[in-house]
This record gives sequence, C-alpha cells and structure tokens, in this order.
Amino acid sequence: MEILAYTAVELSEKIKKGEIKVRDGVDAVWDSINKREKDLHCYITLEKEKSYIQAEEVQQKIDKGELSGPLAGVPFAIKDNLCTEGTLTSCASGILRNFVPTYSAEAVRKLEAAGAVIIGKTNMDEFAMGSTTETSWFGVTRNPWNQEHVPGGSSGGSAAAVAAQECFAALGSDTGGSIRQPASFCGVVGMKPTYGTVSRYGLVAYASSLDQIGPLTKDVTDCAAILEAIAGFDKKDSTSALRKDTDFTAALQRGIQGLRIGIPSDYLGDGLDAEVREAVLKGAKLLEQEGALVEEFDLKLVNYGIPAYYTIAAAEASSNLERFDGVKYGYRTKEYEGLHDMYKKTRSEGFGPEVKRRIMLGSFVLSSGYYDAYYLKALKVKTLIKKAYEEAFSHYDVILGPAAPTTAPRLGESLSDPIKMYLGDIYTISANLAGLPGISIPCGTDSKGLPIGMQLIGDCYREKTLLQTAYTYEKAKGGCKVEKKSLSTIDFESAEADMRCKNDKTI
Amino acid sequence: MTKQYDTVIGLEVHIELATRTKIFCGCSTQFGGEANTHTCPVCTGMPGSLPVLNRQVVDYAVGVGLAANCNITRYCKFDRKNYFYPDNPQNYQISQLYLPICQNGYIEIDTASGSKKIGIHEIHMEEDAGKLTHDEWEDCSLADYNRSGVPLIEIVTEPDMRNAQEVTAFLDKLRLIVKYLGASDCKLQEGSMRADVNLSIRESGSDTLGTRTEMKNLNSFKAITRAIESEYKRQMELLEEGKQVIQETRRWDDNKEYSYAMRSKEDAQDYRYFPDPDLVPIRLSDEWIEEIRSSLPELRDEKRKRFKSKYNLPDYDIDILTGSRTLADLFEEATAICGQPKKVSNWLMVETLRLLKEREMEPEAIRFSPDNLAKLIQLTEKKTINSSVAREVFEILFYENIDPEEYVETHGLNTVSNEDELQEILRQIIEDNPVSVADYRNGKKKALGFLVGQSMKKTQSKADPSLVSRILVELL
Amino acid sequence: MAERITDEIIDYVSILAKLKLSAEDREQAKQDMESMLQYIDMLNELDTDGVEPMSHIFPLENVLREDVVENGDEREQLLKNAPSIKNGMFKVPRTVE
Repeated sequence: MEILAYTAVELSEKIKKGEIKVRDGVDAVWDSINKREKDLHCYITLEKEKSYIQAEEVQQKIDKGELSGPLAGVPFAIKDNLCTEGTLTSCASGILRNFVPTYSAEAVRKLEAAGAVIIGKTNMDEFAMGSTTETSWFGVTRNPWNQEHVPGGSSGGSAAAVAAQECFAALGSDTGGSIRQPASFCGVVGMKPTYGTVSRYGLVAYASSLDQIGPLTKDVTDCAAILEAIAGFDKKDSTSALRKDTDFTAALQRGIQGLRIGIPSDYLGDGLDAEVREAVLKGAKLLEQEGALVEEFDLKLVNYGIPAYYTIAAAEASSNLERFDGVKYGYRTKEYEGLHDMYKKTRSEGFGPEVKRRIMLGSFVLSSGYYDAYYLKALKVKTLIKKAYEEAFSHYDVILGPAAPTTAPRLGESLSDPIKMYLGDIYTISANLAGLPGISIPCGTDSKGLPIGMQLIGDCYREKTLLQTAYTYEKAKGGCKVEKKSLSTIDFESAEADMRCKNDKTI
Repeated sequence: MTKQYDTVIGLEVHIELATRTKIFCGCSTQFGGEANTHTCPVCTGMPGSLPVLNRQVVDYAVGVGLAANCNITRYCKFDRKNYFYPDNPQNYQISQLYLPICQNGYIEIDTASGSKKIGIHEIHMEEDAGKLTHDEWEDCSLADYNRSGVPLIEIVTEPDMRNAQEVTAFLDKLRLIVKYLGASDCKLQEGSMRADVNLSIRESGSDTLGTRTEMKNLNSFKAITRAIESEYKRQMELLEEGKQVIQETRRWDDNKEYSYAMRSKEDAQDYRYFPDPDLVPIRLSDEWIEEIRSSLPELRDEKRKRFKSKYNLPDYDIDILTGSRTLADLFEEATAICGQPKKVSNWLMVETLRLLKEREMEPEAIRFSPDNLAKLIQLTEKKTINSSVAREVFEILFYENIDPEEYVETHGLNTVSNEDELQEILRQIIEDNPVSVADYRNGKKKALGFLVGQSMKKTQSKADPSLVSRILVELL
Repeated sequence: MAERITDEIIDYVSILAKLKLSAEDREQAKQDMESMLQYIDMLNELDTDGVEPMSHIFPLENVLREDVVENGDEREQLLKNAPSIKNGMFKVPRTVE
C-alpha cells in the first residue's frame, strides 16, 4: 500500500533504482481503482490490459537505460478530451460515445515518450463546458473527500483520480479554470501554463484561444516535472510558442525573498466564503513569513471577465463543435429525413443541455447584427483585461487569491442556476483571457473537511516564478497534517492521510 | 416600347493553386487518386486537429496580386465561414473576409473599342471543399475529402464588365497571368478555375446598380456566354413586366440552357465570420514582398515587347509564342541553340500546336526539350533529312523526346543523296513504269510527278525529292 | 420591456446551430439566452471606444510550413470511425444542389 503514497517523481526514482518495478506501481493503482472507482467514478475508460503491456515496454526501456527521466514508469490518468490512439475519447459526450482516435494528442505522446503508463481516460464535463463534472454523458464523478460533493470541473475526473490515488498524476485541460478549480476542490495541485506552452494538437477544442493542457498532481515537484515533459514547440499547432525556458524543474527551490505578491481586493469581497478567505489569507501570511512582500491592490475589471469569457468561449465553441454532425465519426441518429434533419437530430440527441445552451449563445453572438455588440465588444474587453494585468504585473510578481469562492458544492445543486455557476469562475477565468499561467495549491480544509485551494497567477511565461513560490509554500507548510476525521468517509490507510506531509524531508 | 438596358457584370473567380500540398496540412494535392487517399486528420475535421499555413500559398497569392496591380495587405488574417454541408468536414471554411491579402487592382483587356481596365476588388486565400457525388443506386450522396483543403485564391472583380466578350476576355487574361506565374493550370473544365457570374441590368444611362443575381456551374466559355445572355433576357423580362429581380443564386444547366434558383430554407446565409483562433496573422514585410516580386517571371506583355525587339518575327508569331510561358521559353532556348528563330517558330506554331490540339493537350504538357528541337532543325538545315522525314521524326520527338540525331542514325533515315545509289534505283523505277515514262516523253509533265512519287516510295521518302527529280529528267 | 429573444430568433439560431428544439426546450432556451445576454450586457458598462479587439492574445505572426508532402494514404484510419461508408467515401443523405 505504501507505494500509493509516493509522488510521481518519487515512484519513478524507486523504479529507476530498481527497488520496485513499473508493474508494482501499476498494480497498486489497479488495486486502488478496484476499491474506490465504483463509488467515485473518476474514469470513463479503464485500460487495464494496455497498461500492463505499456508497463512492460517501459520497464524494458528503463532496464536498457533508454528511459531515465523523472516520469519513467509513472501511471497516469488522461482527461477524456485528449485524443489517445486506440482508446475511446468521448469528451464525456454522447456524440462521441464511440469515437476511437487513430492519433494521440501531442501532450500525451510526449508523456508516453517520457515513460508514462496510461491507466485510462477520466471523466469531465461534456466538451469541458462546466464546473462540476455533472454534465458528463457517462454520469457524475464524486469528490473523494466527501462523496456527496462534486469534484469540480471540467477536469473533475482527473482531480479526483489523483486525490483518490487512482493514478499517480493526471493531465487535464483548462479553458476558464478547469484544472485549477477541481484541483482546489480535491486538494491536489493543478496548473495551467501560459497559452501556447503546451501543444493543443489532439486536444478536442472547446475555445481555441483559451484552451491549455496542464498537470494535476500530488505536489509541486510532480507538477513541474510533468509540465517540463509536455511543454514545447509543436509545428502542428500554429499557436504553439517557441519557448527556451521550459526547464521548469529548475525552479523547485525554496526561497522567495522580496517576491512581490498582490492580492486583488475585489477577490476578497462578498461572495467569497469566509473559511476559504481565511485559509487563503493564512497561505499568504505563510509566504510573507518566507520573505515575500504581500499587499492588497485594485486589479480592476475582475467582474467583467466572466461575461467576456462566456461570450468568447461560447462563440468559438459554437464553431469548433460544428464538426460533430454524424457524417465522419461519432454518433449518428437512427432515423432521419434528409440531410438537415440528420444534422439536427444527431446533434440534438448527441449533445447535452449545457453544450446546446452554449452553442446557441455562441451562434447568436456571432450572427450578423449582433457580432459587433457582443463578440467584438467582448474582444475589446479582453484587451482591457490584458492591459489591467500588464499594469498589475508591473508592480507585482505574483497575484494571489482563492481558486474558487467556495469549497466543493453538493452534487445536484449547481446546474439549476447556470449564471450562479458561471460566477464561480471569477478567480480563474481572467488568466485564460489574458493567456497567463496559474497554479492552484492546497492550503487547508473547511469545517466540513473539504479542501481549499490557493491560486497564484503569474505574468506570461513566468511559470518558474509560480513554481518556486508554490514549492516554497509547500515546504514551509510541510508540518501541517490533514485532520484524519475529515477523511473518515474514505477507506484510506493512515499513512496515506499524511501523504502530503511526506514531501517535507525534515519530518 | 421596350427600354434599352445595359448589363453590369462582376465575377468571382476561384483558382486552385498548383502547390504540392494542401493549404493547411501536408497532404498531396495531386489530381486523381482513389477517394479519401489524400487525407489526414486536419483536412477531414477530426477532433483536435489544427491547421498550419502553407507558405507557398501566400507566395502565389501575392504573386497574382502583384501581377494584377493590387495593393498587398501588409497584415492579414484568416476568418472562419460557418455553414453545414457534407463536403465541408469542419462545417466551416477557412477563408479571408475582413482582411484579404490583396485589394484594389486591375487587369487590362482588349475590347472592340480599345483597351479597358477591369477592376479587382480583392483577392483572398481560402480552402477548397471536398467532393460530393450522388449515388445512382441509393438515395444518398458520397463524400470524398481528397480535394478538401486544396488551396484556392478567390478573385473578386468590380462590376466593370458589360458583356460576355469582356467576361471571356478577362478570364482569358487572368488565366494567362496565373499560368505564366505557374500558380495554377486554370482549367475551367477540370474545375481548377471556376467562375461565378454576378449580373444585374439597368436602364441605359442610369448610374444606379440593379439587383444582381449570382450564377454558378459555368464550366466553359460557351456556358458563360449562354448564361449571360439568358440571364439578361430573364431579368429584362421581369422588369418589363413590372416585377422585381430577386437577389439569389442560380444554377446554370448548360444542357438545358437555363438557370434555376438555388434557394433552400435551411441555408440561412449567415456565415458568422470571425477570426480563426487556430491561425495567426500574416505580416508581409517589404523584404518578403520584394522577394516574391523579384521571383516573378517576365509577364506576357513584357515578353511580347522584348521578343519584338530581339527577334525578327511577325507580330502574329510573337503573339502565339508568348501566349504560353512554356511555348515562349521553349522558343527562346531552342533558338539560342540553333540560331533559327523563324524555323523554331514554325515548328512550334504549326506542328506542335497541331499535335497539341489533336490530343487536347495544353502547351504546359509538352514533353520534348529545346535541345532536341534544335537538333532536328539543324538536321534539316544540313539536309541530312528531308522535310517529310523531318515531320515524321518530329512526331516521335513530340511524344517521346528522342534525340533526332540518334534516331535518324539508328533508323537509317538519312536522305539518300548518293547519286550512284539513286541512279540505280531510278533506273529501276523507269523500267517498272513504262506507261508513265511514255507519257512523260510525250509531253505529260505530270507523269514526272508520279515517277518522283514512286521513287520516294521506293526510298521510303528518304530521297531528296529535288535531286530525284533532276536525275530522272537526266535519265529520261 | 420587449423580450429581446423572440421565437423567431431562437428558431433562426437553431437553424444556424443545426439543433432541433422541442416546444418546451425552446421556451427554456429563450429564458436561458435572455438571462445570459442580460448578464453579458454588463460589458456595456465599459467604455471601449478606440480599443482594439484582441482576437489573438500574443503577437505571434507568420507561422508557416514548407510545401512538402508529409502525409500518405491514411484512408483506413480515416474511415475507422465512420457511421456509414460506401466505396471508401462517407455516405450521407442525398444532398440537393
């Protein structure tokens, strides 16, 4: 059992040293899945047979010395909107319920080249549109910390799988906070890099100008290692950035003397849960004790991010999702009269309500007569938001705040009021609009025992600053034990309850 | 009394560019090939696929724009045109609406009343759709995506044309320019060039434009001409009856010689154009444009002028030779070798064009080299072969690009000019043809021709006819 | 205040988006769209005169590839997920010209 307590990097170390085999890590994960998956439903597709075949191949390469990176032999979960060759990729949608790609996403390919073993594809909100993983065609995922609650979204399955130890690390995607928010709800680390850092080739597009792929992990070290493995220029993606500074693990150093941290005062107003506020400010205090200079400031335009995001994301999504029409792949309706009837029935039957809602909105804001008033206006506001961040980053190195205004809500409570649900994206969304990197790290739990995440946003291409800050925080916090009683609903061994504290070598 | 109406015509011309690969992916653009064998996730709209722009497409588009006297847009983008149709795998076409790559140019044409400039409103890049074929046995259609993603440029003219002759003159000139640049083979019948005609009519002398209709499926100059005449009549009749012309798209049926409106309730024409977030803008620097401009070949008008001053050839010859860059280059290279411009010109204008026409081939398909043509000419100069042999050899040269010297050697086609040898043969002819000989001796000159003919047959045309004639006369 | 999202608009948008809505779905869609647009109206509080619309977040330009054939015959992979095929092509209901 103790294998599951290792982080991804630690596991790989043990494997490379020969202390354990790749197979052992995979066994441990399947054990965990056998116990918990039926309750939690983190995965849509489990690839047991394939994972053992892959494990064997990776083992051989390690033995020959061909694989020596920090992720060699690590079992991973992949969000189901990332194409994986030969494995169902459904985006949690009925319209792709039978789609098996013949190519893999570039990020997946890179991860596998680094020695990852794919366990399966995780559950998500349909086409990444949602904040609770409740819109999946395959059913909900439950939060491992309290199964009555959501794991967050849209990368809920990935976050839950990491938290429940049904994998050692996972990949997710973030368009408006879809990695950072579920990370905070599930008590794991989640990061969205600067736009263009990780190739989007093979990521089924939701909002092309906002989508990015990123890691969900047990700690910051894992996060840096994974980001380093998947980042980099890809000639198949025209928006891919040519970056030379992707050696993110070099930032894993404790020390933030003089780091300027700004907390937007707009973040701390009404609507923010008191316990979340307290935990996040406590986190900021800890960073201050480590030498950072922390102060509040006026970020401006915080509230405008959401309407701008939803306009732009819906518009791009309405176009990106046009290809799902029953012609070339995926679901096709059984009975129809003529072409357009086939299109309409296929799409109406294949897509869920939230997706249809956003497609309608998106089509509307792009239609003639409304384009200027809505879409173009939103693009202009996006410019203003970017400028506001540029201004902020001329004074601060890091912007700190919560990842979400609350901890994980109960299942079934969010979908009835979409706008209220959208408001939950307030802290994460603007980073996507401005293309900035952001990381969410666990900073405590509330009185119900649900995890709270602290979010750090950096200037573009400043992942290393974020990682160093997060790493420092993690080290400084090291001694904090998670209350056992808050995990009493889960069948964890006591050793695992302290899993995050094992990172601190001083214990 | 019926009023007088003027026709106002503008064109939207789509040209398939002759790049090796598609506009946004590395699939081959080669014509033919079994259905769906030139495809990849990008040009078939698979989930997660992304476009990457082919540099050659930009170069060609700018090249055509420069040749058409356009302003090159220094900063341009791609936009998505959204509509559902099975030949469109993403159900959006990547095109350029807001910032097309070229604007405000013109192409000059020759009309009955002199030279005229036809304005070019804009030229933009876009991707072609796949092909839909209608199944004959089942009530269905079949989609082939080989053509999906093939690069197109669309040339939109100003409504400057006034009749079918101007339209065909414009298309001819456009085609010439584009072919000169090597940017496309511009075949209307094959679809590498497609013209849609926008036509409206107005009372003569009026300034305002009438309502226009768009006509599609015009696959030949004849079809274009007929369609224009038909549409003019149709619109005129409507107006004469006090009705209105409806703005619509009409499909021309050349077999039935009529057009019908292509309107579907399901085709909301709202394309919801917006900048494609998967592609980044193109910024054309002065250097880049200069690079393209300097790589442009000499265009037809310049070439014509240069030929006039350099070669002593009639204008008629020069017009034909410069009508195709391939022909012009072939002419110059062959002339440079053998120094016989008029002879080269004749071989090209007469025999070459004849064979091309027989085979329905374009000059660009010519397979023989200027070297070999020059050699052939030199052989005739030296009288190594006679003119009828030369014509035979030329046909082989045309199809197989043989080296004429070698061919003549191996096939023993050298003109028989050895007098002794000839004398032998001709004595035999005289013996064999007593009737003609008698006729000749009795004053029938034509009989000599017959005898010469027989001699040519006997020598398999290898004799020099004039020599044969002379010897016969001597012998007789 | 007159409703902004009328039945006509919903029907129009449904055609654009190729979605078929039942009568009650349509009512719900009207309400949803109306409340979303009301929320989005918030953007009008901001003065955006003279502000450039930012369609691309970073000044990346001129990303091009060379005109070299890289792909071969991928038909088999392409057709693997097809709902309906005939003669190596995707079969769809008859299209009208």
